[in-house]
Amino acid sequence: MVKITYIDSYGESRSVEAEEGTTVMENAIRNSIPEIVAECGGGCACATCHVYVDEAWYPLTGQPSTKEEDMLDFAYKVQPNSRLSCQIKVTPQLDGLVVTTPSRQG
Amino acid sequence: MMAESIQTDVVIVGAGPVGLFAVFELGLLDVRCHLIDILPKPGGQCAELYPEKPIYDIPGHPNVSGQGLVDNLMKQVEPFRPVFHYGEMVEALEVLGTPEAPSFRVRTDNGQSFECKTVIIAAGGGCFQPKKPPIDGIEAYEGKSVFYAVRKMEDFRDKNVVIVGGGDSALDWTLNLHPLAKRITLVHRRDDFRAAPHSVNAMRELVAEGKMDLKLGQIESLTGADGLLSGATLLGADKSKTELACERLIPFFGLTMKLGPIADWGLNLNENLLPVDTEKFETNVPGIFAIGDINTYPGKLKLILCGFHEGALAAQKIHRYVYPDKKLTSQYTTSSSALQKKLGVN
Repeated sequence: MVKITYIDSYGESRSVEAEEGTTVMENAIRNSIPEIVAECGGGCACATCHVYVDEAWYPLTGQPSTKEEDMLDFAYKVQPNSRLSCQIKVTPQLDGLVVTTPSRQG
Repeated sequence: MMAESIQTDVVIVGAGPVGLFAVFELGLLDVRCHLIDILPKPGGQCAELYPEKPIYDIPGHPNVSGQGLVDNLMKQVEPFRPVFHYGEMVEALEVLGTPEAPSFRVRTDNGQSFECKTVIIAAGGGCFQPKKPPIDGIEAYEGKSVFYAVRKMEDFRDKNVVIVGGGDSALDWTLNLHPLAKRITLVHRRDDFRAAPHSVNAMRELVAEGKMDLKLGQIESLTGADGLLSGATLLGADKSKTELACERLIPFFGLTMKLGPIADWGLNLNENLLPVDTEKFETNVPGIFAIGDINTYPGKLKLILCGFHEGALAAQKIHRYVYPDKKLTSQYTTSSSALQKKLGVN
């Protein structure tokens, strides 16, 4: 299992154990993590699972695809470390991953 | 001008897959439908959010794209000649009849009214509406200085117009309003655009000729008074702040789903969903049905296939409202010559 920590926009932190091969978004929804909406259910077709990846972890999550970059255009307050959490696959290298959720998704 | 009221058996709110299949089930029972959808095309979320994505859980279709499913459903309902009203939102619903013999008047934001015996709400996640950017106090400027769509180009004549976005809507309106506006500033968060390359090239030419501005970043705050904008603050990718002259702001942030006016129709709501029974999928108001993602009941699954089932059962009850004196007998499309005649295959 891989540990993921979600920090909400108020600074409250919640950690979950995630299975490899799932996505950071799926684990948020399963564990009722606030501030992740995932309106389209993981299709990279909305921008409501937007997270900021902790700077230290950002390089390990890989590069967003063109499709994801296009979708990020619809997200709010996009930063260089912005990602759509449905596009981050859980791998053993990500054990300890920290992401912060924005105050608004949609 | 008020268009003449349309008389029909059923008004279906939402032309997504579930609304479309309800047309088929109702058609087999000789019930006629008009469908109203806020989008300019059929298919709802399937066509708007994931037209190219494969769907794997439609019975009998191991793999079908969102658009492929919609195209097939449109073909399937063709024999019943449903009438589609696109780009319209159902604004008001008025009860005319009695619980035993219901009838309703439905009015859209386009002024079209319908008189019908029953209504099916197949509105999925609600109606698609433009997303608003997270700028404090933006509501105060909406409709006067901030627009989420361009309806009257004259509103932008001789104004400093700021357009936000990188897709076709943003680029098309940049090019269309450019000859008319005092100055256009296009704001996008990165120097890559989703829009068609020829319009991106046209925009870059205007920028190179000094005829408009392109700024990379996001709008952080607005200044103005009494609903009239005077400026906008741009937060650059490098965290620098720039003041932009801005009398009109047009943000293009895509679409989101909102329940919308349905909340005001006197129907019971449970967390923005419509509770229904599982025999007829009728709401608390006799004659108003809810099928697909918008309804809720014990065990509800938000699957397209469940919406199909719900539409088939709702159709049985709707038949009783539309033809109170006719008895329904169970028939199969494989063997019934009457059904095959309706489908135009026999």
